[in-house]
Amino acid sequence: MYAQMVKSEAADDSAEAQAFQARIDAGDKIEPKDWMPAGYRKTLIRQIGQHAHSEIVGQLPEGNWVTRAPTLERKAILLAKVQDEAGHGLYLYCAAETLGVSRDELTEMLLDGRMKYSSIFNYPTLTWADMGAVGWLVDGAAIMNQVPLQRTSYGPYSRAMIRICKEESFHQRQGYDIMMKMAGGTEAQKKMAQDALNRFWYPSLMMFGPSDKDSVHSTQSMAWKIKMNTNDELRQKFVDQTVPQAEYLGLTVPDPDLTWNEEKGGYDFSEPDWSEFYDVLKGNGPCNTERLADRNKAWDDGKWVRDGLLAHAEKRAARKVAAE
Amino acid sequence: MDRDAAFFEFVCRMGDNTLVLGHRVSEWCGHAPVLEEDIALANTALDLIGQTQMWLDLAGEIEGKGRSADDLAMLRDAWDFRNVLLAEQPNGDFGQTMMRQFLFDSFHLLMLEALEGSTDERVAGIAAKSVKEVRYHVERSGDTVIGLGDGTSESHTRMQAALDLLWPYVGEMFQSDEVDAAMVEAGIAPDPASLRPAYDTAVRGALADATLTVPESDFAHSGGKTGYRHSEHLGHILTQMQWLQRAYPGATW
Repeated sequence: MYAQMVKSEAADDSAEAQAFQARIDAGDKIEPKDWMPAGYRKTLIRQIGQHAHSEIVGQLPEGNWVTRAPTLERKAILLAKVQDEAGHGLYLYCAAETLGVSRDELTEMLLDGRMKYSSIFNYPTLTWADMGAVGWLVDGAAIMNQVPLQRTSYGPYSRAMIRICKEESFHQRQGYDIMMKMAGGTEAQKKMAQDALNRFWYPSLMMFGPSDKDSVHSTQSMAWKIKMNTNDELRQKFVDQTVPQAEYLGLTVPDPDLTWNEEKGGYDFSEPDWSEFYDVLKGNGPCNTERLADRNKAWDDGKWVRDGLLAHAEKRAARKVAAE
Repeated sequence: MDRDAAFFEFVCRMGDNTLVLGHRVSEWCGHAPVLEEDIALANTALDLIGQTQMWLDLAGEIEGKGRSADDLAMLRDAWDFRNVLLAEQPNGDFGQTMMRQFLFDSFHLLMLEALEGSTDERVAGIAAKSVKEVRYHVERSGDTVIGLGDGTSESHTRMQAALDLLWPYVGEMFQSDEVDAAMVEAGIAPDPASLRPAYDTAVRGALADATLTVPESDFAHSGGKTGYRHSEHLGHILTQMQWLQRAYPGATW
């Protein structure tokens, strides 16, 4: 899930708000020009913005391996994937803009730390197997949340999700394909694959956010169909899907307490270390400083380019007017 | 030089240009001035790497020693690379990257257009596929060079500096040697020197629109396309690009 701990605004009980809720309950899509409660708008901006920022910052851990990809084909696939992610960021910023916030405003909030991006992108990618683990686990976890969000109540967000999901399932497959090669490769490659799973397992479980019993924002967001499932439901689904895939690879999930629970028809598994999760959210993850510094540097270094192209566009427009 | 040896050299030149420039462009991943440029740079790099696969596959086929495109990309050392020096020049700022791209794209387009008429069907086929992508590359890099040259005083100054820095690497793309002579004789490829007048017309026109001044000196560095003397930059590119293949010989990925 690329949006975590999104603070939900309270609903009001005006007649308009009640009619709005009735539309959502009836399965209507809300469109940009429709009336909506201020809280719905604000919560959506936070959630879509956080999701967009995650796509943008998410370019960095994978971009870290583009120049070291082991074959031309792997390099091409990784480039295509990172390019898709930038494209997802673009769709999502566009969806957010329909709610009355500009991309530049959202960017400023990312860069000065007022808005967050997913905790997962604050972890380093240390070996080529991490490109496999990111696709398999991180994109796999993201899909768990994004598939139901295709049915979210806000039209532009729902449509963005439909496009994104098509590409994300390809991303997950390419990640798993890398893991297959590594797990079936030389001893060193197997070691890399296991090491990547060891490092990415718990951070992937954290992507769904804290347990619902500790999540104060879920109820209203679920009523508004901005959030479609609880964090625990999605995490359970992710574990149930992923454990057999790890077994197929011959890799060991780093959880000694992982056991199949016949009664619930799912795995029992250990909770991630939530104190680590809160540390990462506070800016103390292994790569928070580098990720934000990278984004800030790219934005600052690019100022002259944005200014230059804008100045040129204005000059051209002025020359056109003068010629008419 | 026999025809096949020259043919192998020529195809390596094409493939190494796209490989090394594609690598350089891919270094931008996630760091562009604006999101649309991140997408465009990744797209350009992706096109160039795709073209590399086709050229180096063909090079391996011509050589006939069983080397794949990956073997050629990942397991040759610097002296065996045949890319022009321009392609391996560092990214610098975004303006320098786009100037390098424009100066190369303009050559690349003319070369590919000529190669579409190659007597070798494989060469003509790769050129026909690549030319569509490169037509877009040159349109985009040209528009960006014009926009930034004719933008603010800062963007103008930076683009002029980029042009001054990179112009001495233009001449090498048009230097003909015995490899080119053999290709002309076989009808496989044009004499690169013959492409220069069209290049000058297109490039000088765009640079004038960009309000930039082409340096007076025609001095040209050389040594890349012959492999005689690359710049120091190439070795560092290879240390990244080839690292996994060198560190874990024989592994498949």
